[in-house]
Amino acid sequence: MDDLHDLYQSVILDHNRSPRNFRELEGASGRAEGYNPLCGDRLTVWVRLEDDLIAAVTFHGSGCAISKASASMMTEAVKGKTAAEAKDLAQQFQELVTGRSDARTARARLGKLAVFSGVSEFPVRVKCASLSWHTLKAAIDQTTEPVTTE
Amino acid sequence: MASEPLASPRLTVTGFDPARVRRDFPALALRPYDKPLAYLDNAASSQKPRAMIDAMTAYYETSHGNVHRGLHYLSERATAAYDAAREKVRVFLNAADQREIIFVRGTTEGINLVAQSFGRSIAGPGDEILVTEMEHHSNIVPWQMVCEQTGATLRVVPMTDAGELDLDAFDRLLSPRTKLFAVVHISNALGTVNPIKDLTARAHAAGVPVLVDGAQSMQHGPVDVQDLDCDFFACSGHKMFGPTGIGVLYGKADLLERMPPYQGGGDMIEQVSFTSTTYARLPAKFEAGTPAIAEAVGLGATIDYLGAIDFTALAAYERDLLRYATERVSTVSGVRLIGTAQERAGVLSFVMDPIHPHDIGTVLDREGVAVRAGHHCAQPVMEHFGVPATIRASFALYNTKDEVDALVAALGHARDLLA
Repeated sequence: MDDLHDLYQSVILDHNRSPRNFRELEGASGRAEGYNPLCGDRLTVWVRLEDDLIAAVTFHGSGCAISKASASMMTEAVKGKTAAEAKDLAQQFQELVTGRSDARTARARLGKLAVFSGVSEFPVRVKCASLSWHTLKAAIDQTTEPVTTE
Repeated sequence: MASEPLASPRLTVTGFDPARVRRDFPALALRPYDKPLAYLDNAASSQKPRAMIDAMTAYYETSHGNVHRGLHYLSERATAAYDAAREKVRVFLNAADQREIIFVRGTTEGINLVAQSFGRSIAGPGDEILVTEMEHHSNIVPWQMVCEQTGATLRVVPMTDAGELDLDAFDRLLSPRTKLFAVVHISNALGTVNPIKDLTARAHAAGVPVLVDGAQSMQHGPVDVQDLDCDFFACSGHKMFGPTGIGVLYGKADLLERMPPYQGGGDMIEQVSFTSTTYARLPAKFEAGTPAIAEAVGLGATIDYLGAIDFTALAAYERDLLRYATERVSTVSGVRLIGTAQERAGVLSFVMDPIHPHDIGTVLDREGVAVRAGHHCAQPVMEHFGVPATIRASFALYNTKDEVDALVAALGHARDLLA
């Protein structure tokens, strides 16, 4: 059960139960939809950019604990960052959940988001964790096509 | 290789002994994450008996050449083995004639063959093709493609909240415009067993031919296509303990004769020149290219293996197991069953609030319990029940009550960990 406890850390379960910034954003400058056709997870991310800074970011949708907690913690992590910083964080998060960076490096770079390191032991769940980040990038770029993990 | 009778008296055992059957399936001895494997994902694909694995190895070691063309020893052996497999399938389906048995890659290809060859040649603007709300995507999308190509319209027979077809609506939807009715025998997402014989009679009374998606049928026992009286029946080898990459399309000979070929290539022709080509007779007309010979042989060996099973006793065993699973899983806190039809086979679909099915699937996996969590390629069914996904435990002849208990215990672990 150890892998499972690594995957479902209490912080993740808490964000799943009470997702933060879980609502539509009034006056958003960007919006994108993300969809994982494999499992049906679906979410929308809204951002409001002010002078290239992410002034506000929210999400809504349905999905598993990993995708929901990932989206919730993402909204907290990228608020106040520049668009470029958020995209860089997305890249580092991707490296973490695919097992391409070690936990210590990840903690230094990603802070709280390092709780997702357990995902790398569950290859089929990587897309659950990364869906919100792909969608955020699309929202920043104002991509109109829905993002899929495929 | 002469074909053997299906249930040779020497091999037939009265009653059903799951412990004995389990020993015939090597994969069931696996211990994922050091836990006993409870393989409850049979609606996705079943495990394989030693008899099938050995038959395919023996074929490659002693009998492989290409079929229907070589004059040499190995080509003749391969052709004989391939033709013998077709005869075994014919007997298992009780088809009248070997020409009615087309080897395809699986149920999906069988349906696409009928859609593109039969559907496309009979449907036009103003016509309708009728499917049901409980179809797998592979019995929806091929017909949508035909509708796009021909200008016909797709109509859908609704289902009730129990997951049964609305037969009154079905009668109302049948009309002179209806060119074909495509329906699943046993729903992969709900386990509902549809009354195919009755549906076929109603459709035929309206002059409508019927295609049956039999992907989930054969693993629970032989199907009699003449008794069902369906016009087409498609099934997959890998779901009935046979190899992947091989399936069967049964079609009534008079319809198959009139249908144009599905794919062009070798083996499906009589004569070719650059001005005209004449097509081979059935079933070769629909089997372009080198077929999946070893897989056909493996399927034949699987049918031989199943021939030694007392299907009446097996049906009673599977009914009892599904009833036990339904009762046990229903007692787990938060569980809501999806699909409560009177007639169900092999499938228990449910959600366990407030935990998402994918999270449950991951926990179950680490407990050695293999289930499917997802939309089961039946998104209209998920939509009907207002859920994005379900957990599906699906049973086969080698499953036991101990495995049901393992499932229930693992659901408890999931609740402890995640709720």
